[in-house]
Amino acid sequence: METEKNTRKLDRKDILGIKELSVEEINLILETADSFLEVSTREIKKVPTLRGKTVINLFYEASTRTRTSFEIAGKRLSADTVNITASTSSVVKGETLIDTARNLESMNPDIIVIRHSAAGAPHILARVLKQSIINAGDGAHEHPTQALLDMMTIKSKKGAIAGLKVAITGDIAHSRVARSNIHGLTKMGARVFLAGPATMMPYGMEKMGVTVAGRIEEAIEDADVVMALRIQTEREKQCIFPSLREYAAHFSLNKRNIGLARKDVMIMHPGPVNRGVEISPDLADSASSVILEQVTNGVAVRMALLYLLAGSGNA
Amino acid sequence: MNLLLKGGRVIDPFTGLDKVQNLLIKEGRIAEILDDAPIQGLSGVEVIDIAGKIAVPGLIDIHTHLREPGNEYKETIASGSEAAAAGGFTSIACMPNTNPVNDKRSTTEFILKRAKECGLVNVYPIAAISLKSEGALLSEYWDLKEAGAVGFSDDGRPVMNSALMRRALEYASSLDMPIISHCEDTNLSSGGVMHEGMVSAELGLVGIPAAAEEVMVARDIILAGYTGAHIHIAHVSAAGAVRLVREAKARGVRVTAETAPHYFTLTDEAVRAFDTFARVYPPLRGQEDLEAVKEGLRDGTIDTIASDHAPHARTDKELEFDYAATGLTGLETSLALSLSLVQEGILTLPELIRKMTINPARVIHIPKGTLAEGADADITVIDPDRQWVVDPGTFRSRGKNTPFGGRHLTGKAVMTIVGGKISFQDM
Repeated sequence: METEKNTRKLDRKDILGIKELSVEEINLILETADSFLEVSTREIKKVPTLRGKTVINLFYEASTRTRTSFEIAGKRLSADTVNITASTSSVVKGETLIDTARNLESMNPDIIVIRHSAAGAPHILARVLKQSIINAGDGAHEHPTQALLDMMTIKSKKGAIAGLKVAITGDIAHSRVARSNIHGLTKMGARVFLAGPATMMPYGMEKMGVTVAGRIEEAIEDADVVMALRIQTEREKQCIFPSLREYAAHFSLNKRNIGLARKDVMIMHPGPVNRGVEISPDLADSASSVILEQVTNGVAVRMALLYLLAGSGNA
Repeated sequence: MNLLLKGGRVIDPFTGLDKVQNLLIKEGRIAEILDDAPIQGLSGVEVIDIAGKIAVPGLIDIHTHLREPGNEYKETIASGSEAAAAGGFTSIACMPNTNPVNDKRSTTEFILKRAKECGLVNVYPIAAISLKSEGALLSEYWDLKEAGAVGFSDDGRPVMNSALMRRALEYASSLDMPIISHCEDTNLSSGGVMHEGMVSAELGLVGIPAAAEEVMVARDIILAGYTGAHIHIAHVSAAGAVRLVREAKARGVRVTAETAPHYFTLTDEAVRAFDTFARVYPPLRGQEDLEAVKEGLRDGTIDTIASDHAPHARTDKELEFDYAATGLTGLETSLALSLSLVQEGILTLPELIRKMTINPARVIHIPKGTLAEGADADITVIDPDRQWVVDPGTFRSRGKNTPFGGRHLTGKAVMTIVGGKISFQDM
């Protein structure tokens, strides 16, 4: 693994989405992440790999998990990490995203990690800046590091992704996690089934190579992996669904419907979990749940990306 | 100044003329169209050889945004007039969504005064349907008509109140004025930034369904039928809208329709790279819609092509896709993009010229769009073979926001004559 890590490199400047990645690139990232997993278990959780490199975490949208995960990933590789939390959009501030980015560029960072509520914001930065850009979630578009850590988790438990049936349930329309996983899992040969209320299912998702199920049971049946998405309560006001109560009654993962899946089903969730809404509390804590392993793998995947972009001479 | 345009193919769909002729212009009017007249002996006449080129009635664009008053950093009446002349347009109608909104005589008069000072093209103001385009109270249509307005529209601020739309149609009808409707149900389109379809599903951008346009086209057709008034549907982009207009025309409803070049040239695929220059309302739609718009142009459902020229400054567009201003600058690419319909065999050249001259003139009831003897000498000379590459840096418009930058086009206006005076020349 170590030798592979040193000889193979990621031949791209940015990680904007899973859509652009090849199967080989995904495999390289996942293998590199595997090799970094061990660092986080050491007593001294630090390697000097990215000493002298600067990583800026530019977060335009609130995030605890992802931002912390990137920060820890950078620190364990000895990079200098700087967190910028921009609470308002660039428009409100009067300075455009590009202005902000050019200012940051002038401070010579090596990698800029960006989270933004507007789809495509990282792509704007990538076009303008010479630095590597990592998309940490853009609107409802992509969240590539989440999909990579999900694929890493599936691979570590199931050995391979090809041939698995994966069900993704919930608010597909507003989910960047769903889109990145759809790109990734279908590339890696999984059969992906989506289920959710019709108001949360964009027209035309089938064209992305997935099966849209009418009911959650159809998606879960014989599934190897079930991934529940977070329901945002403000969607009630947009008439996306009537109430959390009704959603939970018909679309929640629970002990009853999970029985339709394979015995060794893995239950995943990108977090934060609304217990009792998209997943019943006992299920979230059951032996089938890998929700916390996803978080652990998240650090390793982000270390792998920082290393592959900054450590192998690309940045 | 008197001019003789010599040896060009002269096309006038209004009179049915299409042959090589010589056009004699005297005192700002078409004096004579001469077959093979002895050209010697005409004193005080500047002779311009346009052999190999096409002379048509001055092109008319009934849907532009000139931004003045209020947003002069995006465009002025002067810069918009220059852009129009460079694009081959001799007459343009400008939408009222300025600041202040053109809902009063004083604003209409201001626009006309500025346009006259500039003097490059004829500018026809379209006034607001409702005060401040707020969709509540009618503006003063008599006053506005007397001041020079040629129609009413709340373009960009769709009239959601059906009762207001009914009254607007009735009131405008009594003045023989069209209501120009931007058809969009703003509840259905709420939050949307692009066409709702496969591409929006994949990009995670909020979609605007074609139904948002079609629902309002249906409503406006029903109201026009009920009131007997003339409704003009602006910027038709959706297949369902084309179908509704076609059916309404067959039933005898007084409906006319326009589309813009981007709706028969681009689809929502243009948004894939989050190119904010491709953000426009109504949004660039799917391939089926594009084909339906072409068919609507071919079979006469769509009467006219208008650019929906919507200039913006860099700062309005260099933003996240969700926050970027909507619209594209169109006056300087409209003709060449439209000529591709002829190259593709969808329209004959006279059919296209009809949709850019006499048809739009009829929508807003202006005495333009023909080369008949005695008509105003508004003439566009087109070089149908001129190859050029769109370079926004060379645009006369202040708005450089075009998704067509770098595109290779064939055909260009090489001379624009307005009232017998040359406003633009690139022979």
